[in-house]
Amino acid sequence: MDLGPYLLLASMEGAVQAAVLALTAVGLSLVFGVMRVVNVAHGEFFMLGAVLAWWIAHMVGGHPSIGFMVALIIAPVLTGLVASVIDLTILKRLNYDPESTIVATIGILYILQQLVLMTYGADARPVEAPFNLRFYTPWFGYSYYKLAVIAAAIAVLLGVWLVMSKTRIGLILRATQLDSEIAQAFGIAVNKVYAIVFGAGAALAALAAVLIVPIQQAHYLMGADPLLLSFIVVIIGGLGSLRGTVVAAVLIGMSDGIISVFFTPTLAKILATLLVALVLVFRPNGLFGARAA
Amino acid sequence: MSKGAKQWGLHLGIIALLFVLQFILPAYHHGNLARIMVLATFAIGYNIAFGYTGLLSLGHAMFFAAGMYGLALTMKFLGFSAATGLLAGIVSAFVLSLAVGLLALRTIGVAFMIVTLMFAQSVYLSILYFGKYTRGDEGFVIQQADRVIAGIDLSNPVNRYFAALVLLSFCLLVSLKLIQAPFGRVLIAIRENEERTKMLGYDVFRHKLASLMISGTISGAAGAAYGLLFGYAGASFATVQYSIFPLLWVLLGGAGTIIGPLAGTLFMFYLIDLLSEITSAYMLIAGVVLVLLTLFARQGIMGEVRKRVIRWLP
Repeated sequence: MDLGPYLLLASMEGAVQAAVLALTAVGLSLVFGVMRVVNVAHGEFFMLGAVLAWWIAHMVGGHPSIGFMVALIIAPVLTGLVASVIDLTILKRLNYDPESTIVATIGILYILQQLVLMTYGADARPVEAPFNLRFYTPWFGYSYYKLAVIAAAIAVLLGVWLVMSKTRIGLILRATQLDSEIAQAFGIAVNKVYAIVFGAGAALAALAAVLIVPIQQAHYLMGADPLLLSFIVVIIGGLGSLRGTVVAAVLIGMSDGIISVFFTPTLAKILATLLVALVLVFRPNGLFGARAA
Repeated sequence: MSKGAKQWGLHLGIIALLFVLQFILPAYHHGNLARIMVLATFAIGYNIAFGYTGLLSLGHAMFFAAGMYGLALTMKFLGFSAATGLLAGIVSAFVLSLAVGLLALRTIGVAFMIVTLMFAQSVYLSILYFGKYTRGDEGFVIQQADRVIAGIDLSNPVNRYFAALVLLSFCLLVSLKLIQAPFGRVLIAIRENEERTKMLGYDVFRHKLASLMISGTISGAAGAAYGLLFGYAGASFATVQYSIFPLLWVLLGGAGTIIGPLAGTLFMFYLIDLLSEITSAYMLIAGVVLVLLTLFARQGIMGEVRKRVIRWLP
């Protein structure tokens, strides 16, 4: 292939990456923005979504699209519930103290990961895509499902934006984000808001995982990469800014896809990791954020 | 007795106890304790940054790995002797901690945590990338014949125990001396209130840099010693897990206490050892302990001891 089609393929792959990454990272950003909590276990909620999707699709049977659609709804809801319970039983009792929450979520990371290893096993398992159509450019064939992933991610992100900016729920969330004490004084049940936000953040990660699981397989260690990438995205986008997060996700996802075409994956990862670390060092508020964390 | 004398007495007593133990312990525990002492040295290094200066690093595995590979690679490819290899390992960790410190310490809090995580990740990936030399995840063995310093064969269990004890004692006493000195007081002041320390006229950045470099160098010495005493270097020692372990050991033993890291490492090692009859998922145990610690025992073992029994515990 010539360079042109090669680049086209790379950017299409990058766009799928970016779509999934944006969903995952917005979940992390939402939790950080509203609760000021760094959730190190976020990648495990992603993994939980994928593993639950496999289980649900496996149990439902019938045409792959039925199992997938059921998983698309139930896996994020279940993951969200798990996260809310974790918030109420552990994080709330820590008073969301920054350092303790980081340590506790590291613990939760390993608990979830090992529990999945003990029940689901160490195998990587695929979920069948709901439909299996391809279209053909002059140079390569491409799956329609991947385009559907991008469309779905855009729809969900628009939904999140609408909820945050146009509804009463969004108003309550933004009030809590600005000043939780004043919000409480105005009769907002801040603890309830926190439990819901933590659950919603996890559900977004799980949703992203269900969307990607027909392309990548479900595996108990799959949470590490999304976690690191989400952190990168949230930081570069400016902590707590949803718009910045989406822009950064597109930037990182696309460039990750394109860089890995030209370099070996390991070298690409090394370069990307170092680059982002340096961005953090020299622009601690992110490339788009103006506010101090 | 003055407070300082009591502190020295206690820690020298612990070292003496460890010395005596080698004659009493059965072979299995004797071997375990040698390993624990090297890992506890790693935790002592971590404690200086995290426990005393308040720098929550999630990347200390890179210093451990720098020490380990600094020793192993120079011995394998440059024909260094064990002693010069050890020195090369320590120097590697020293240089790496200087470079990482200069960059990462420009950030604070969450950003510092993530920057250290990422630097450690790139060190780990680099080890994989240069798999031709490092043999990646598989790692490589350091030949038994080469593991000799001044005619002492360090692969022999008795000598190994003694070498581990010397390393641990040295680092334990250095950290005690450090914390008793005015320098250590400034570190604690930074942990408690960075702004106020700055206002009092201390150069916070230089103190933090020095703290991170001491911490990283001790961690590197532990890594080099681990490679030398147990004869193996592998990429698994550079993974995130090996950055989490010292955090876990220090929190369990008591962050900001001199013997906490040793207590935490000892306790965690035997907890996993005992529970390994029930489950092989030892990271599950580590996770549960981390959560329980944050919920119920924020001070760790020695922190609680200091609060309730021995008020002068450093």
